[in-house]
Amino acid sequence: MLKIENLHARVGDKFILKGIDLEINAGEVHAIMGPNGSGKSTLASVVAGKEEYEIRQGQILFENEDISELSADERAHKGLFLSFQYPVEIPGVTVTNFVKTALNETRKAKGQTDMPANKMLKLIREKSEMLEIDRKFLSRSLNEGFSGGEKKRNEIFQMAILEPKLAILDETDSGLDIDALRIVANGVNKLRSKDNATLVITHYQRLLDYIVPDFVHVLYDGKIVKSGGKELAFELEEKGYDWIKKEVNQKA
Amino acid sequence: MELKEKLLSSYIAFENQNSVVNSFVNELRGEAIKNFEATGFPSKKNENWKYTSLKKVLNEDFSLFPESEHTIEYRDVQPYFIHDIDTYKIVFIDGKYASHLSQTTHEGIDVCLMSSALTQTKYRAVIENYFSKIAPKDNLAALNTAFCNEGAYIHIKKNKVSKRPIQIIHFSTAKESALLLQPRNLIVVDENAHVQVIERHQSLTENPTLTNSVTEIFANKRANIDYYKIQNDKSGASLIDNTFIDQQQESNVAVHTFSFGGKLTRNNLNFHQNGERVESILKGVSIIGQKQHIDHNTLVHHIAPNCESHQDYKGIFSDSAVGVFNGKVVVEKEAQKTNAFQANNNLLVNDKATINTKPQLEIFADDVKCSHGCTIGQLDENAMFYLQTRGIPQKEAKALLMYAFANNVLESVKIPQLKKRINKIIAEKLGVNIGFDL
Ligand SMILES: Nc1ncnc2c1ncn2[C@@H]1O[C@H](COP(=O)(O)OP(=O)(O)OP(=O)(O)O)[C@@H](O)[C@H]1O
Ligand SMILES: [Mg+2]
Repeated sequence: MLKIENLHARVGDKFILKGIDLEINAGEVHAIMGPNGSGKSTLASVVAGKEEYEIRQGQILFENEDISELSADERAHKGLFLSFQYPVEIPGVTVTNFVKTALNETRKAKGQTDMPANKMLKLIREKSEMLEIDRKFLSRSLNEGFSGGEKKRNEIFQMAILEPKLAILDETDSGLDIDALRIVANGVNKLRSKDNATLVITHYQRLLDYIVPDFVHVLYDGKIVKSGGKELAFELEEKGYDWIKKEVNQKA
Repeated sequence: MELKEKLLSSYIAFENQNSVVNSFVNELRGEAIKNFEATGFPSKKNENWKYTSLKKVLNEDFSLFPESEHTIEYRDVQPYFIHDIDTYKIVFIDGKYASHLSQTTHEGIDVCLMSSALTQTKYRAVIENYFSKIAPKDNLAALNTAFCNEGAYIHIKKNKVSKRPIQIIHFSTAKESALLLQPRNLIVVDENAHVQVIERHQSLTENPTLTNSVTEIFANKRANIDYYKIQNDKSGASLIDNTFIDQQQESNVAVHTFSFGGKLTRNNLNFHQNGERVESILKGVSIIGQKQHIDHNTLVHHIAPNCESHQDYKGIFSDSAVGVFNGKVVVEKEAQKTNAFQANNNLLVNDKATINTKPQLEIFADDVKCSHGCTIGQLDENAMFYLQTRGIPQKEAKALLMYAFANNVLESVKIPQLKKRINKIIAEKLGVNIGFDL
């Protein structure tokens, strides 16, 4: 589904991604862990199409098509979704109007007509109930004044509406209390199928108890330096990153 | 011949044709033409006109009195009306009253024509009491007064509430090469009376039109006035709107100005608070591009104590558009406990657009709360990226952010059908259809 080959990206003249290889197949869950500032969010942004970052080498294939020249919205139309580490506040646009616009624009891009209003309402109700989002929330300005946890829950709500093929969840667990974590993780799991895939970026093994990964990767200094099964996450939780950093430095 | 000369020499002919029974008005006109002769059109040397030059606009060979009359059918201009609610309508075509498009009334309220008010004796007392009392005596207002003969006359009598909003629409067919229009409106709202007014100037061709409009509004004790100006004219049309408002105690007046179209638009909006516990609201949204020019020149004159004024103007400028905001707040010594707020926020959508914003506070009282703030920003790139990752294309994402930027002003429009219409105009202006009813 997603195949990243030798990806180098920079902002200004600072290289942040220094040769990433990653392959995610339909039906799989991958987790990326790694120290602060190692480039996890940058990788997510580059895949989602943020133009601030310049791809200097390598390619990003989504369903065998190089998407690196596509705009963020075109990538979204192909089925990519990014749950932001820091969702942006948009005063003046309500949650409801926002998801309506997002869904209808996506449909338009696929040559479909707008979703009928009653179907849209039903969909919004269904998905907000699944994520236990209060109705009052839906008429508030998008993310404005939302608590950290509310913002994350709202990201997954949008994901549930858009039903992407590949969802990248950038620290969706941070800011969630234990109950919210369970609700959000359940939401994500309900959306999983053999035809889609999930990439979770997290610092905590805890999330991976709920969203169980097939593969765990460690990103360090712009490269994936180690990959393994879900037991790698336990090891990292226990031992931290020093041993990995040491390993990397020894090889160098 | 320069426009000024042309105007001065046509005055005699105008006077002969339009002399009215009311000697009071005749005298005002005579005085006004002299004042216009002495002061002329404002130039950039005038501090208030520093960023707006009328030169290009005045260059046309305007005809002052359209020769032939042109009629238009309602079905051709229906979109310019707010037609999904019941309203009174005072409609003009090329400055002349169009009775077939209008709906006036004299039931408890007078919604009719300035030409009647200026000529019929039953209006004489009101005219002598209010007419030309707050319009300045020089420049453009003088020019308008000199040639005044038509416009809307609205008088809401004590304790009356006009249940229907009143639409004042000035169409110009500009079948002649270029047309100068000078509507003159008078709105008097007596004690405890309420009214909502929607005003629009609309040319029906691309030919140059210049409108120099003067509106005087009197809000007596506890009167409530809700006034909306829709400025979405064709690219050949320029508008100088001069609106002067006198407020007596506990009155409440809100003026919303929505400016999307036209070549050059200048809004002179002056509030004079002559009574205690008055509230004045001035809000506006301007969205312009290409070579359009919009200038908001506001004055709030706090004369009496315990009053409030709120100004909130949003501007979105793209291409080579120019925006000017000059907001003056004067708080006289007697006007203690004044609350005066002013905000002017602007979005520059590209580098070529220009915005000049200048708040002016002159405060002579010591116990007052005044604040002002102006910002000039760009569309937030992180927000753009966020919207795009949700499948919203760049153009629509921009439109959504602009709409969001202007939203709090739109929110305060009290007539839902009007709000809907303005949202539609905005969507058209931005060239988008963004999936929900804007
Ligand atoms: N636009 C930018 N301009 C300059 N530096 C940037 C930019 N974006 C990212 N960086 C830098 O690149 C590095 C990687 O940042 P990134 O946000 O990808 O880290 P991360 O792995 O997600 O960290 P965290 O775990 O704290 O979320 C950091 O040093 C960051 O400061
Ligand atoms: Mg990060």
